[in-house]
Amino acid sequence: MKIAVVLRQVPDLIEPLEIAVGGKALDLELATFLVNETDDHALEQAILLKESAGGDVTVVAIDYGDIDNTLFTAAARGADHIVKIQLDDDTQPQPETMSIALATALKDIGPDLVLLGSQTHDELLGPLGPSIAHHLGLPYIGVVCGVEPFGGGMLKVFKEFPGAAKAALDVKTPAVLGVLAAEQPPRYVPVSRIRAAAKSAQFDEQEFDPPPVDALTAVTELYAPEPAECAEMIEGDEEEVASRVAGILAERGLVK
Amino acid sequence: MSLSDILVVADTDRGAITDITPQLLTAARQLADATGGQVVGVVLAGDANVIAEQLTGADRVIAVSDPLLTEFSPEPRLAALEEVIRGEGPRAVLFGSTSTWLDLAPTLAARASWPIVWGVTKNSISDSAVIVTANFCAGKMLAQVEITASPALLLVLSGGFPPTEDGRQPEIQAVSPSVPLAEDAVRFVEMILPDASDVDITQQDVLVAVGRGIGQEDNLEIAEELAEKLGGELCASRPVVDQGWLPTTRQVGKSGMRVKPKCYFALGISGAPEHVEGMTDSELIIAVNKDPQAPIFEVADYGVVGEYEDVVSAINEAIES
Repeated sequence: MKIAVVLRQVPDLIEPLEIAVGGKALDLELATFLVNETDDHALEQAILLKESAGGDVTVVAIDYGDIDNTLFTAAARGADHIVKIQLDDDTQPQPETMSIALATALKDIGPDLVLLGSQTHDELLGPLGPSIAHHLGLPYIGVVCGVEPFGGGMLKVFKEFPGAAKAALDVKTPAVLGVLAAEQPPRYVPVSRIRAAAKSAQFDEQEFDPPPVDALTAVTELYAPEPAECAEMIEGDEEEVASRVAGILAERGLVK
Repeated sequence: MSLSDILVVADTDRGAITDITPQLLTAARQLADATGGQVVGVVLAGDANVIAEQLTGADRVIAVSDPLLTEFSPEPRLAALEEVIRGEGPRAVLFGSTSTWLDLAPTLAARASWPIVWGVTKNSISDSAVIVTANFCAGKMLAQVEITASPALLLVLSGGFPPTEDGRQPEIQAVSPSVPLAEDAVRFVEMILPDASDVDITQQDVLVAVGRGIGQEDNLEIAEELAEKLGGELCASRPVVDQGWLPTTRQVGKSGMRVKPKCYFALGISGAPEHVEGMTDSELIIAVNKDPQAPIFEVADYGVVGEYEDVVSAINEAIES
């Protein structure tokens, strides 16, 4: 099975976020980028499928943020081919531009299955997967937590629903799946293997000139929310804190 | 058919509307009051008429019934919904940010070139635009977005629009799709429910929840001890379940369980919106996190900034004594 995986970078939310001049977007000049968590799960799911059913895995990514390190890690984890798309600048592109650029590269690859994360934390216009699927003319299923091939180009896909329920769906390939969680956590690879991949991995670097896109929405302001009413903070050393918590529990009859 | 009407697409689960649907009706009423239009519910189901009666607060409900709308199957739902939207020509269409509509609303937007915004927590309308506030970067930022084209598809987050006691009974229009629905490349097989042999965390008075901040699996033991002392059970946020440290039956949040215990300990949980959605109605929330800026402190009643192992071990000892 020919599997393509989309990897995207997102700003690290542990770091403070700054708003750009104009007040309508993040200032990403100084932002720390890391791989989108659900994309990381999509890569893991792809490697698991390759290990169980054979095939090869091609990672596709747009060049912004700290993408090279993410791609070296992907190679160290088992990706066979890597496509790096260069746009006209190295800033994070708008969603529709990202979707068209990725779909164009994916069409050339012609995969049986496209996997990407079911969401990122900076997708104001909704998950990207359905848009990529539309450009490819393929079906899309998101919030996926398991994929099993069963022959004849068919997949059993498991999609999460509230209450720890999941739907089993038969999906005819080719298809695009938005992965929320792989069947096992993304595997650890030692730094030595990533360093080795950095020396040996070959990127297929492709330039893409994005067509003009009509924006259907306009961000007029981006701002940090007012601090919400916060918890009563219990302060002191650990014994003092613990004593107070035990007291609160006792007052409410919660200590058995 | 009116450009001033607001459509609400009901989110349903096993024959009943889910908690987000009354919130969508509140949001829609705010917009319809401004446009002078109607709030029009849309129910897609095997037998939509029964569910349609649950949409109190709508002026009208379009109940689309078809056997292929009984379970999750993308193409039948997309075809039926697109036909309703094109027929009604509304100003906006509201969806819950649920597993079903996170797939289907963006797909519809892409196919029809309709504008879409995800994470909506506030909405209003001016002469020329629908104006929404949406969560961005897991709620660390808010974006104000203007949408001039119609229909504006809005994926609404739970919590922004509390349900109101609007007792109006809607007029129900029972319809069938004009063309036969078909499943195409995706076919629903079965719904797999969680293992009923595990404890039901929705029925517990005390829950001790652990998140990524506990560091490693061995550290579950301290939380287990706290749960045991309080006669409660252990549960977790998504990252812990993804690591395989606890089963999915113990997951609290949007795709896990919604819980309302008397006491909820949030240990090493940052407070992402997806988790908070499942526990915010708890009577008492005590959060322990080493990050003083963690969003969990915005929903907790009491907060402790400190290292998980040190603080929780001390609480265990204090309860013992």
